[in-house]
Amino acid sequence: MAHSARRDCPELPDFSLLKRLARDQLIYLLEQLPGKKDLFIEPDLMSPLDRIANVSTLKQHEVDKLYKVEYKPVISTSDQLCFLIRPRIQTVKWICDVANADKAAGKFRRYKIIFTPQKFYSCDAVLEEQGIIGEYVTTDEWSFYLLPLDDDIISLELPEFFRDNFLAGDQRWVRTAGSALHLLHSLYGPFSKIYGIGRCSKMAYESWREQVAEGEQRAQKAEIGKVFLIDRDVDFVTPLCSQVVYEGLVDDIFRIKCGCVEFGPEVTSTDKSMKVMLNSQDKVFNEIRNEHFSNVFGFLSQKARNLQTAYDKRRGMDIKQMKTFVSDELKGLKQEHRLLSLHIGASESIMKKKTKQDFQELLKTEHSLLEGFEIRESISFIEEHINRQVSMIESLRLLCLLSITENGLLPKDFRSLKTQYLQSYGVDHLLTFANLRQLGLLVEQQPGETMTVMESKVGKLVNDKTGGKLTDAFSSLARKSHFRALSRKLNLVPKSDEEYDLRVPRDMAYIFSGAYVPLSCKLVEQVLDRDGWTGLEEVTKLLNGHEFAVTGNNGADSKAKSDAQRIVLVMFLGGCTFSEISALRFLGRERGFRFIVVTTAITNSSRILESLLDNHV
Amino acid sequence: MMKSKTDEEDYWNSSKFKAFTFDDEDDEFSRLKESKQAVNSIRRLVEEDDDEEDVEKISWSGEPVGSISWSVNETAASNQRTDREPAFPKINTDTSTTSKSQSGYSLSSLFKGKTKGGNFQQFTDSLTDSSLRLYAPELRKPKSEYKDYISDWSPEETVQRMQHGKAVSLEKFRSLQDKLLLLDFSVSANDGNVITAVLIYLKRTLSKEVLFRELQSRQTALRHLICYLRESRDHRLLQELFRALGRTEDVALLQYKEHLSIADENKRRDFLKSCLSLPFSPEDFSLVQDHYTLLERQIIIEATDRQAERGGKLEIFQKFPRKASILNMPLITTLYYCCFYHYSEAEGTFSSPLNVRQTFKISEKQFFVTALAARAKLKAWSDVDALFTSRNWLGFTKKKSPLSFQRVVDVLQKNSAPTQVLQDYVALVDDAELRITLAQKHKCHDIVINTYRDLKDRQQLLGYRGKVERGSAEERKIDELLTNQQIRWKN
Repeated sequence: MAHSARRDCPELPDFSLLKRLARDQLIYLLEQLPGKKDLFIEPDLMSPLDRIANVSTLKQHEVDKLYKVEYKPVISTSDQLCFLIRPRIQTVKWICDVANADKAAGKFRRYKIIFTPQKFYSCDAVLEEQGIIGEYVTTDEWSFYLLPLDDDIISLELPEFFRDNFLAGDQRWVRTAGSALHLLHSLYGPFSKIYGIGRCSKMAYESWREQVAEGEQRAQKAEIGKVFLIDRDVDFVTPLCSQVVYEGLVDDIFRIKCGCVEFGPEVTSTDKSMKVMLNSQDKVFNEIRNEHFSNVFGFLSQKARNLQTAYDKRRGMDIKQMKTFVSDELKGLKQEHRLLSLHIGASESIMKKKTKQDFQELLKTEHSLLEGFEIRESISFIEEHINRQVSMIESLRLLCLLSITENGLLPKDFRSLKTQYLQSYGVDHLLTFANLRQLGLLVEQQPGETMTVMESKVGKLVNDKTGGKLTDAFSSLARKSHFRALSRKLNLVPKSDEEYDLRVPRDMAYIFSGAYVPLSCKLVEQVLDRDGWTGLEEVTKLLNGHEFAVTGNNGADSKAKSDAQRIVLVMFLGGCTFSEISALRFLGRERGFRFIVVTTAITNSSRILESLLDNHV
Repeated sequence: MMKSKTDEEDYWNSSKFKAFTFDDEDDEFSRLKESKQAVNSIRRLVEEDDDEEDVEKISWSGEPVGSISWSVNETAASNQRTDREPAFPKINTDTSTTSKSQSGYSLSSLFKGKTKGGNFQQFTDSLTDSSLRLYAPELRKPKSEYKDYISDWSPEETVQRMQHGKAVSLEKFRSLQDKLLLLDFSVSANDGNVITAVLIYLKRTLSKEVLFRELQSRQTALRHLICYLRESRDHRLLQELFRALGRTEDVALLQYKEHLSIADENKRRDFLKSCLSLPFSPEDFSLVQDHYTLLERQIIIEATDRQAERGGKLEIFQKFPRKASILNMPLITTLYYCCFYHYSEAEGTFSSPLNVRQTFKISEKQFFVTALAARAKLKAWSDVDALFTSRNWLGFTKKKSPLSFQRVVDVLQKNSAPTQVLQDYVALVDDAELRITLAQKHKCHDIVINTYRDLKDRQQLLGYRGKVERGSAEERKIDELLTNQQIRWKN
């Protein structure tokens, strides 16, 4: 099932260097606090940390006990406490509480706070306010920007990037994104061409450019030639669709965390759960990860049969042959067997779960929304979904998908669906709906008035306090989605009367059963084909502009034919899904590119929507 | 762009999506089962001497032994007892003004180049502590560099230095104009961290009125201030800001959100009542009002039912003990609860389903779905039946449902209704194709047989004969039909 590449695809750079750098810097920082110390780790840093260091690394540098940051009183007896945290005010306040409580109890301790990937001034301000600056408290930064999750996936592991940037309009992570790009540039650059679209992409690019101008680039052979930056809000449709390629499905159902998934007893067929790394090292997974789920069974059955044959060979072997078999083949077979039974178990479990929730009908509704017909039927499907209190997130996902594809809901529908939603899942979700409106994910159609007209009106009203509601709309970063027009212009929804053989995908639409070409990846394809945005003016207008394409003047262009020019780094600001990565891998095979996906975090519909829920303290 | 119904059906029946189906009986699935068996059959061999060489060691919790997550869990487990010790003494973190004046490390003391506690060496050694470098001069630098500090950084240079985490002093930006220049430069640098730093300084040195006024025309900076106030949970100031901006809906929502942190149900109810005076939009107002009414009602129901449950007089509570309190549950969950425990109550009581329906204007379909699920759960099949027939006031004898019968069957089946009950509803599915699929799935043989008879599909009927039990009534029925001379089979 491995696809044969049309052209030889260039080799990917070795990103393990990033891990080494991060580890070395962490060790250096730990050594800055000599002596035995207890280490407190932010929960969401634990998995990333696990990927680059292990307990013995930490122990070697005199870390005694490890704790999770839980906002609870500290029970450590160590006289040195080290905190490894994200720059968040709540965490810093907690550390201040710890230090002040120690002080009140007459306990003498040294504290070291290591912020990663950087410290924010707002955190410093808390330390100052709480009077603990200088009270044996030192702070440091661990520039752990990039975690390679696989040969071609690098993550910033900053899921909050999405909400901070796109919902709250807080640009705290812009420089972080720029620095991450700068790090890649100085190790694997110089880049020769950068394309991008979106407000944040533009700012990240600027930040990167400034950092390049300030520093100096070593003369080196470029390993990455081209870069494409894209904001998540350029395309919300793609991450809100149900994933049906294997890796995406596994993520939707079991949640892959930092490249690792926990399979429960229903998958392992034992009484234990098991954590499994999912990456290209897993030979079985590597062959099915990008496949449409319907192909996975066939593949796994074939594999199982092959395995059976290989094992059967041992029948009728004499002692000597058996010895060779055991030493040469058995180990490989056993590993393959272990992986195979895991993925079969996972597929089985996926089937069971999806059958239970009428997945077929759900997909049908999604496809109708994407194509824009039978909208009434879709609405009543969503309504029933809500009425029956089926998954709160799924209902919200369908509502958002309806809103973006239809450019907002009719006021009558909006009100009725909102009321029913709140009745089914709790009135607290008023706050969730406010967030979704602010982001433009779930809105009411503005009768006869386009956003731009309204904006210009609002512009005049900004200083007028009576314009409360309008100022509201103005302050939101929401924009119209224009999905239908984009879909027509870019041919995102293939004609439905043609047969689509999912076994032999002909375009990126295969990741959605042939029903939809992901907008984000289509843009990458078009821009690379055209070497810029020329000819896409109407598209960029519909996408609200902020597109750019720049060429570096580092002379890299002269050898534009080099392999590096076929290595393209695509950076998703606000997260990307496994389905999009699969689509890009497909595109790469088709065009002889290799894509490296850099993302602020791996995301999917549930993660996006959960980050927007506000029905909790 | 409307496509005709047939178009659509053709579309979905086209082979395009057929390849991918999640139906139980799917061939692929059975293939998968076969492969699983194959793999399992060789499992024994593999487990004989599983040396786990290439397998990560996994602890009981499933974490790889030696991983950091594992180790943290170990620490947590070993500390479990001490964990339950009395809560941490709360330190009021909201006294920024007093703590500032008490601080031994205020700006003035830094400028004197001396600190209390004799710990000077230790903290100036922390080269990376940019907070010190932010507000304090670089004391350890040689004199030649020292004058860098004294020389004035322009707002632009200041912002640039801040982006690099270098030492700056903001104290010298005293005029409003300078402060705003600083803010505008930070905004044009796109660095949220610096924007917020400048805002923190402006918040400290400008009156609220002036700050809010200036932010009205600076939306990016405004968003950063809102975000900062939210993150530091300064809701009071945030409220004032929203009010000053005339963002009335934000005022209302922010206040409403507070209810989530009130645990006591009576206090929460009273708080929700107070929310009714907030400037919500008309539609949100009625939703919040419903929220209040609902909680008020839940409190009453909860008190009565808890007592009834304890008293042990009502059979329903003995047979189906309540799993959780009804407090703070969504409206539909409450309706389900009422349909479950209080179905036949007169409309006058708070817990009567009909009363709930009336009070909250629940749609007919919604009420129907919920009542159906609740009565099916109790296996009260006569109630289920009545839900459909109670509607025949015009003399209908046919069952009617606001929900498609396919869904009805689905709901019933999920509540493990017996075949006799299911088949009544499967039979009511209009579409023959769908009816057969459902009937086969739920083993309603009669319906399958009758439908094939009606379709005059001899071949299918013959095929189905192989699927029913040998010598059963169904088989006999099929045989009778097949030999019936009066039916004009189409094949």
